[in-house]
Amino acid sequence: MIDVSSGYMALQNLYSEYSACLDQGDFEKWPDFFLEECEYRIQPRENYDRKLPLSIIWLESKGMLKDRVYGIRETLYHDPYYQRHIVAAPRVLAADDNEIRSEANYLVLRTKQDEFSEVFNVGRYIDVVRKTDEGLKFKSRLCIFDSELVPNSIIYPL
Amino acid sequence: MQQQSPIQSDADVEMPVWSHEGSSRIPFWAYTDPEVYQRELQRIFYTKHWNYVGLEAEIPNPGDFKRSSVGERSIVVARDTDGSVTAVENICAHRGAQFCREKFGNTKEFLCPYHQWTYDLKGNLQGVPFRRGLKKDGEVRGGMPADFKPADHPLNKLKVAVRNGVIFASFDHDIESFESYLGPEILAYFDRVFNGRKLKVIGYSRQRVPSNWKLMQENIKDPYHVGLLHTWFVVFGLIRGDQKSRLVTDVHGRHGAMASTREKEQADSGVTKGVASFKEGMVLHDKRIVDVKPEAWWNGPTVVMLTLFPNLIVQQQSNSMSTRQIMPRGPGSFDFVWTHFGFEEDDPDMSLRRLRQANMFGPAGYVSADDGEVLEFCQESYEQEPTRSTLAEQGGRDWGEVNHLITENPIRAMFSYWRKVMEI
Ligand SMILES: [Fe+2]
Repeated sequence: MIDVSSGYMALQNLYSEYSACLDQGDFEKWPDFFLEECEYRIQPRENYDRKLPLSIIWLESKGMLKDRVYGIRETLYHDPYYQRHIVAAPRVLAADDNEIRSEANYLVLRTKQDEFSEVFNVGRYIDVVRKTDEGLKFKSRLCIFDSELVPNSIIYPL
Repeated sequence: MQQQSPIQSDADVEMPVWSHEGSSRIPFWAYTDPEVYQRELQRIFYTKHWNYVGLEAEIPNPGDFKRSSVGERSIVVARDTDGSVTAVENICAHRGAQFCREKFGNTKEFLCPYHQWTYDLKGNLQGVPFRRGLKKDGEVRGGMPADFKPADHPLNKLKVAVRNGVIFASFDHDIESFESYLGPEILAYFDRVFNGRKLKVIGYSRQRVPSNWKLMQENIKDPYHVGLLHTWFVVFGLIRGDQKSRLVTDVHGRHGAMASTREKEQADSGVTKGVASFKEGMVLHDKRIVDVKPEAWWNGPTVVMLTLFPNLIVQQQSNSMSTRQIMPRGPGSFDFVWTHFGFEEDDPDMSLRRLRQANMFGPAGYVSADDGEVLEFCQESYEQEPTRSTLAEQGGRDWGEVNHLITENPIRAMFSYWRKVMEI
């Protein structure tokens, strides 16, 4: 049997479930991967490396994540596309009974209708994960991306 | 001097025919035709027009440099040891290598890695290895010809204009002053944001938009779409089609300013009636992104969008500010670089507001990502059917100052100028 409820497997499982949620376009479930008080960022690497605070998306609470989902569904007019996340095995930087600090490289492919699949965004997740009664949740997830020249726009979360 | 960019005469290149009166019906080929695009580069980007290339705050110290571009051409903007701002084309005078590879940096001199030619920060050639050859065993091997003079081979220098912290450059050394280029009306709006206060860059975002570069200028010159495409603006009252507004251009029609003032009590004027994108009862879980604090220097308008022809948009929307640089990449594509900034005098609360409100802008922004999307949709049609025309006739067929937002007037103003300068 594979036990994904504890240890490194639990962390790996959180990452897998997160990617699966976004790849299915199941955005309503996306905020539930986070604590109420949380941070989510998509930030160009040049800003991160030079300590410039600007992100292209900077959400500071689960409420803001829900608002982003509303924006995707109802207000942000866009060309529909699929996402496919390829995420490397997380690297654990620190862990105690409550909290894990981890990182993982990611590659997100985008496929638009009637187009070939393309490399859309490449970067690194920098995460703080908390243990809760409902399992592991993100306290923060930063998506620091190398592909600084965005192919037009980013609508969905990474 | 072999340096200056040769301006090829393009008068004998045949252009397509603009078949409608005036500038309200824009042929699709204006966005797709390669010859038209080449003429735009020569006549608009490389001569007679100032191009935005950066902010002084990006290169505060002597030796600081930034790679930028004018039209499709790569340039380097630098702070010289005497404090002045210089700009040179990123092409070594020797073999033509693009010597500057970093986006930003600090250096004492420009060094081309290929044969180690060096230039000072003004672009003057300083060092040529083995200029007088290599002496060995009593003979001289190599060496540049006797008539070779370093002074004849500088980097291609651009003319630079700096106004209140903002840097413009031109390959054309006979260009009019920056102030006269903008004209008094537009200059006043420019100085409203850039009045000499020290700017603080808070970060960049970069996107490649698969559309002709003009569509970005037109998008910001089009207040008609703002309350229709951008649900957020209307629902949260940041800008509505019925609020007090002023649209002006320079005398040529090439630059534009859209100033608009949010009203405290927004009565139902019918502006949202029948508009499918308006979401009655939309409430945010967390309102901090649209929590605006008026600033004294606004002096009235809560938003002023400036379109400076050909390559700059200056945004002040609520507490969020950016310069947006347009870099054309062929007729069907351009790079769009956003430099978000605040002022050095901002307190932490204001810095935070500027950052939060930036969620509305840029390649993922609530009221900007959709602009990039619709420009792509337009360009796709233009490429399929270049003989058709757009119908930019909201508010009439003419152009000139107006006091409301239900208009495409500034688009017609720009094309009136474009037709003149392009002789089309
Ligand atoms: Fe827009």
